[in-house]
Amino acid sequence: MPENTAWAYSELVKEHFMNPRNVLDDSENFQESGKGLVGNPQCGDEMLMLIKVDPEGERITDCRWKTYGCASAIASTSMLSEVIKGLTIEEAFQITPKKIVERLGGLPDRKIHCSVLGDKALRAAINDYYRRSGQADKIREEKRTLVCQCLNVYDDEIEEAVLEGAKTYIELQERTKLGTVCGGCREQAETLLKQYLQKHFG
Amino acid sequence: MPPRTVYLDHNATTPLHPEVKKTITEAMEYYGNASSLHGFGRKTRELIEQARANVASFINAEPEEVIFVGSGSEANNTVLNVVACDRRDCQSCHSCGRARSEVITTSVEHPCVLNTAACLKERGNVVHFLAVDSDGLIKNDQLLANLCEKTALVSVMMANNETGTLQDIAASSLAAHQVGALFHTDAVQAVGKVPVDVKKLGVDFLSFSAHKIYGPKGIGALYVKKGTPFCPFIRGGHQEFGRRAGTENTLGIFAFSRALDMRRAEMDSEAIRLKTMRETLRQGLISTIPDIRFNGHPEDTLPGTLNVSFMGAEGEAILLYLDLEGIAVSTGSACASGSLDPSHVLLAMGLSLEWAHGSIRISLGRETTDSDIHFVLEKFQPVIEKIRRMSTTYKRRP
Repeated sequence: MPENTAWAYSELVKEHFMNPRNVLDDSENFQESGKGLVGNPQCGDEMLMLIKVDPEGERITDCRWKTYGCASAIASTSMLSEVIKGLTIEEAFQITPKKIVERLGGLPDRKIHCSVLGDKALRAAINDYYRRSGQADKIREEKRTLVCQCLNVYDDEIEEAVLEGAKTYIELQERTKLGTVCGGCREQAETLLKQYLQKHFG
Repeated sequence: MPPRTVYLDHNATTPLHPEVKKTITEAMEYYGNASSLHGFGRKTRELIEQARANVASFINAEPEEVIFVGSGSEANNTVLNVVACDRRDCQSCHSCGRARSEVITTSVEHPCVLNTAACLKERGNVVHFLAVDSDGLIKNDQLLANLCEKTALVSVMMANNETGTLQDIAASSLAAHQVGALFHTDAVQAVGKVPVDVKKLGVDFLSFSAHKIYGPKGIGALYVKKGTPFCPFIRGGHQEFGRRAGTENTLGIFAFSRALDMRRAEMDSEAIRLKTMRETLRQGLISTIPDIRFNGHPEDTLPGTLNVSFMGAEGEAILLYLDLEGIAVSTGSACASGSLDPSHVLLAMGLSLEWAHGSIRISLGRETTDSDIHFVLEKFQPVIEKIRRMSTTYKRRP
C-alpha cells in the first residue's frame, strides 16, 4: 500500500483508536482548571478538552477529553492527552498537530485536520485556564478572527500559511484545511488571502 | 484480520460466484480476437454472441440492443455523452443542432451520473436535479414541471446504492416519452437483485454491471433500445456494432453471462432470505440500540440493503471499530469513504447533518447467514456504546 492513502493507518493509530487514553467518563467528577470545546458536530467533528493544572509550576497534571469524530480524531487526541501530561502549559501551548501526527507514525493526508482539532481544543483549554486564574493578559486569541467555523481556522493562521507559500485558495486549504467542510468561509478567506498576499508580496 | 470476518458491503461489490470462477478459468482458453477471421477468432465471436443473447434476455432485450462496456460508470457516461454531442452533421444524434439540450436527473444519483451531469451543465446544457422526499423517492410533479420540448434526456436511477430505495421507473419513463425525451436508468444496483424488464419499464437506455451480482469487476453493459439515437463514447473500432471500440473483454463477458445464469437460479429465493435477515437485523438494532433511525423507503427497496443512522456517533468511527471486529460495512457509498462529505443522498432526503454523519450502509448478499447477522448484532451494540461514551454530542436519556 502506498503511504498516505485513505486507509493506511499506522499500528499506533489503531492501538490508540482501540484503547483511547484519558477519555472523560461521565460518572467521574473530574475537576478541571481549564476547558476547551471546539469544532461543530454539524461538520462531523467536535472536541472537548479538560486540563488540570498545578498552579505552582503551572504544569498539566492530568487531562480528559471527549470527541464526536472519526478514528483519526480519536487516536490523535488520545496521543495528545498522553503527551501533554507533565508539561508546563507554555510547553503544551507550543505543541503542534504535526508533532502529534509524527508521534502517531503519520496519518492519511485527508485526516490531518483531525489532529488539528485536538490541538485547538487544548489551546482553548489553556486560554480558559488563564481566564479562570486571573491571567487574562496571557490569553492568545483575543485579536484573532475566526474565519472557518467548522475547523476553527483564524485569520492569523491564514497569514501564516501565506507566509509559508500559499498563493491560491487551494494551497491555502491544503495548509490550513479551512473551507474543507461546509465551505461557507470561502469568500472571506479569499479576501484575506488577497490582503495578505498584497501585504507580504505585493 | 480478526478470526471471524463478515462481509456486509455487497452494494460496493460482491465476491465471485464459484460458478463464475469456473467460467473465467475456462474462458482463459479462448484467446482468439473476436474480430479475427480465423478459427480462433470465430470461436470467440460465437461465445461472445451467445453471452450477449443471454445477457440481453435477462432484461428482456434483443441481443443487438446490448453492448458490453468497461463498467457501470462507463455505461452512464456513454448515455449522458449522447446529449453533449452538438455536431450538426452526424447521422442521428437526438440533440443535434441543440434543438433538445436539457437534461433532467435526480439529486441522489451515483457520482458518475451527478458529476457527468454537472459537466454537461458546464458545457452549456440546462440540467435539472430533481429533489426527493424523505423516503428518497423523486416527486412526480417536479419531474412533470421540468419536462418540456427541449428535454433531451431524463436519467433516473432504479435502485439507490446507499439506501436501496427503488424508483417508479415505468412512470418516469412514460412521462419523459410524452414530451419526446429519451429515458435512461442506472440499474447497476437493481439488475440481478430485483426483476428488471426493459419492455415493462419502457426505457431507452439501461446501465448494469457484473461485479454487483457476483461477477467480475471491469465489465458492464448498456441497453440501447432499437432505433434510439446513439453517439459512441469510445471511438475507433467496429466492436459492439461500432458503438464501443476496443477488443472485447472476453473473460468479463463470459463471466457476466454466467453470473446472470446464477441470478436466474438464485435471485428470487435469495431475495426472500435477504429480506428476512435484514428484518432480523433491523429489529435487533432497534431492540439493542436507542436513538437510531433507518433511511430509505420502508417497502420499495432492495431486499438486502439497510441504511441506519446512530445519533451521536460518527460514521467513519463506527465503520473502523466494526472493521476491527471483522465486520465490513460502508458509510454512505464506498466512493465517499475517506472523504469528509456527508452523504449527498441522505442530505437530499432531508436528514440533518448529524444524522447524515452518523450513517452506515449494511448490504447483505448470497453468502450472508443468520449466524452472521447474530454475530453482527452482538458486536454492534458495544461499538456504538463505546463511541457514544466518548461523544461530546450524545446525551444519554435519564
